[in-house]
Amino acid sequence: MKRLSRLFMVVASLGWGAACSSNSTAPASSGGAQPAAASPVQEADKQWTMQNKNASATRYSSVSEINTENVKNLKVAWSFSTGVLRGHEGEPLVVGNTMFVHTPFPNIVYALDLSKEGAPVKWKYTPRQDAAVIPIACCDTVNRGVAYADGKVFLNQLDTNTVALDAETGKELWKVKQGDYKMGQTITSAPMVIKDKVISGISGGEFGVRGFVTANDVATGKQLWRMYSTGPEAEVGFPGSVETWQGDEWKRGGGTTWGWYSYDPELNLFYYGTGNPGSWNPDQRPGDNKYSMTIFARNPDTGKAAWAYQKTPHDRWDYDGINENVLVDLNMNGQMRKTLVNFDRNGFSYVLDRTNGELLLAQPFVHVNWAKGIDMKTGKPIEDPEKQTSASKNTKDICPSAMGGKNQQPVSYSPRTGFFYVPTNNLCMDYEGVQVKYQAGQPYVGAIVVSKAGPGGNRGEFIAWDPTAGKKVWGIKEELSAWGGALSTGGDVVFYGTMEGWLKAVNAKTGDVLWKFKTPSGIIGNPMTYVGPDGKQYIAVLSGVGGWSGIGVAAEMGLEDPTAGLGAIGAFKDLANFSNQGGVLTVFSLP
Amino acid sequence: MTFRDAIRVVIVLTSLACANEVFAQAPVSPKPGSSQPDGGAKQFRVCADPENMPHSNQKQEGFENKIADLVAKELGEPTRYTWWGQRRGFIRNTMNATLEEGRCDVVIGVPEGYDLVSPTKPYYRSTYVFVYPRDKGPQIKSLDDPVLKKVKIGVHLLGDDYTNPPPVHELAKRGVVGNLEGFSTFYSADNPPSAIIDAVASGKVDVAIVWGPAAGYFVKQQKVPLVMVPVPSGPGDLPFEFGISMGVKPGNVALKNQLEKIIDTRRAEITKILNDYNVPLVQRKAGLKR
Repeated sequence: MKRLSRLFMVVASLGWGAACSSNSTAPASSGGAQPAAASPVQEADKQWTMQNKNASATRYSSVSEINTENVKNLKVAWSFSTGVLRGHEGEPLVVGNTMFVHTPFPNIVYALDLSKEGAPVKWKYTPRQDAAVIPIACCDTVNRGVAYADGKVFLNQLDTNTVALDAETGKELWKVKQGDYKMGQTITSAPMVIKDKVISGISGGEFGVRGFVTANDVATGKQLWRMYSTGPEAEVGFPGSVETWQGDEWKRGGGTTWGWYSYDPELNLFYYGTGNPGSWNPDQRPGDNKYSMTIFARNPDTGKAAWAYQKTPHDRWDYDGINENVLVDLNMNGQMRKTLVNFDRNGFSYVLDRTNGELLLAQPFVHVNWAKGIDMKTGKPIEDPEKQTSASKNTKDICPSAMGGKNQQPVSYSPRTGFFYVPTNNLCMDYEGVQVKYQAGQPYVGAIVVSKAGPGGNRGEFIAWDPTAGKKVWGIKEELSAWGGALSTGGDVVFYGTMEGWLKAVNAKTGDVLWKFKTPSGIIGNPMTYVGPDGKQYIAVLSGVGGWSGIGVAAEMGLEDPTAGLGAIGAFKDLANFSNQGGVLTVFSLP
Repeated sequence: MTFRDAIRVVIVLTSLACANEVFAQAPVSPKPGSSQPDGGAKQFRVCADPENMPHSNQKQEGFENKIADLVAKELGEPTRYTWWGQRRGFIRNTMNATLEEGRCDVVIGVPEGYDLVSPTKPYYRSTYVFVYPRDKGPQIKSLDDPVLKKVKIGVHLLGDDYTNPPPVHELAKRGVVGNLEGFSTFYSADNPPSAIIDAVASGKVDVAIVWGPAAGYFVKQQKVPLVMVPVPSGPGDLPFEFGISMGVKPGNVALKNQLEKIIDTRRAEITKILNDYNVPLVQRKAGLKR
């Protein structure tokens, strides 16, 4: 676990687009006594100008009109069909009086005019993409949203094109190709604008894609730098990768970068996670396989890394380490620290010092049995040899499953309660022997992976988590996984969606469910909030089931094969009893 | 020993240029289903990969295209294709596409025992083979040959899609991992299906371990004479030989029976097509037969 204190003390020049300027908030503080009365509403919180609300990715808005007393009166204000089936992840943005709504493939972007009744369409952008990209995208054809800066909307398309659109007209300003989908490369993650750069990741870990992150110029699209997750120092921006692989396995190193990004303007570092290592058979890649499964802290100006912390060395479980890194200042053992909090697929919640990557706390937040804990000195998991998978043996009841203790659904942090709100999976898996498969006209063999409900039988739980104690505060058991993101507000109401399609409003302190509404399809997107031109607070969420967990419904997969979709079908074969496909944005307000 | 029976297939180049068509079309055939669920198809509807020579391509140049034509002729129906990359989701998006009641009815090649479809009895059997230059090759005949730890070995990889070719799993078991050169089975202009065999011919790798049908066709096209030697399966190893069947949707018994009848009556023509494409054929539990 190399933690280099090679910090790049470049002073942030804060060149954000006007709408973002007050939004790159200094991370929220907590750990001590919490304010009881309503905090003043931040002007910036009337809008929602980036994925996960702010650069710290807290998904907290101080807007407080909707509170624990009146949320029971919440009603649908208006709704909008995206016209697209398949899984809808991410959230719409609100900038001024315009809402930007994205869809999964074909990656349509709508601009809706909030100043007019019923929010009519201002413009619609439909990229021209080759339909051949569909059979190549790994886990459904999701997209996690657009970014906004400087009068431009930025979109990553499934076929790896990044485009900049004029936010007023929807006109395409520039377009840059980041990869080759024919070689298994796709993009599903949202871009993030940091200063004058658009930062984008790459997907395709299931197909041996070597992960990278790219910076393009906001104004022109010109590529400014690209850094890989694996390989020589010059290409990774950090030493120590090549020697953790056999031969040139790093060239197929995986470590894709399809998650969320966060940024600390003071430290001028941005943070993201890398996915699983390249080849599945762990016997085939002895070594730690750096920097797969790693949290990177990079300088956005140079792309070079200040530090890198590998969560799951030599992954044997597909604990794809891309989950979001939330930047908050926490009182850890009596001392305020600039921290980064990560709820990883591997079931552990990590608190790191975000200035240098020092591990401060690591606790399981779901049922975990593949490791007994994390060694605080080395930062490495203490693995249970019984739960290590291999091509040549059967391994039963590994928890969490490959789908993770938490998947892509982002958490929220409320500075008012000091709690994280975490949508979790309660899933375990079996690796059972080998099965003949057939791809590109050739017989292959692979493990049979079956996901199933963990202890208790419920497949998900929405929990409140105390990050300083590393303990669960309360939990709401969900029959299916909680695959949508969380939102916390100044009214002490927390919102989240379920795969059945319920949007739920919960008391942030107690976990009492105060209100719920069944949307037209399962929710795997993230609720967001804004104040409309009429001065009212609105809550908006995309429903449209799909994604990895919902791929059985989304892709009309035959349910006879429980191992299809890497075990997702086995775990969710009854999803069709609850929900059907269809992308709809539903917007709520008080009457 | 199985490999003692191996016939080394030595074929000097024929100047056939391989068509590496970049496919720019949507792979989905828009045609709604016209067949009855019990198999009385008016069209012979085939699910196939649009860019995967020598098996199939959109120009219908592959041996599976030729076999499809043969079967279609026998059925007295025109062949109609639904094109989709033969990888994860292939069956789901073609034969099992429920919105259109299945876009196609038959996959020409699936391994025996492949349980996403209902396979017919196998109509040929092939094996993973070592491919190396006839004259200066490493003369490898077994995965236990110590030289495999030293030479550069080309293999097909699928990344971590929970799958690998069986010999790659067995190499890993023997600690042979660092000297593998992986070739993707995602084909494009930069990575034609011939790439792995071209690499043997050019000396970029010393030996390749390739599924027989995917090797034979390209071996035949090289200037350098190459040999194909079956990879024998040792005790406790995964199988490297597979029978190949046609596949229909589970429950489509009538069509399966029709196909099996054609496999019996047209066996000689099918074998001739396979020979024309230099597919190394093996008999069950016997040596290599061409």
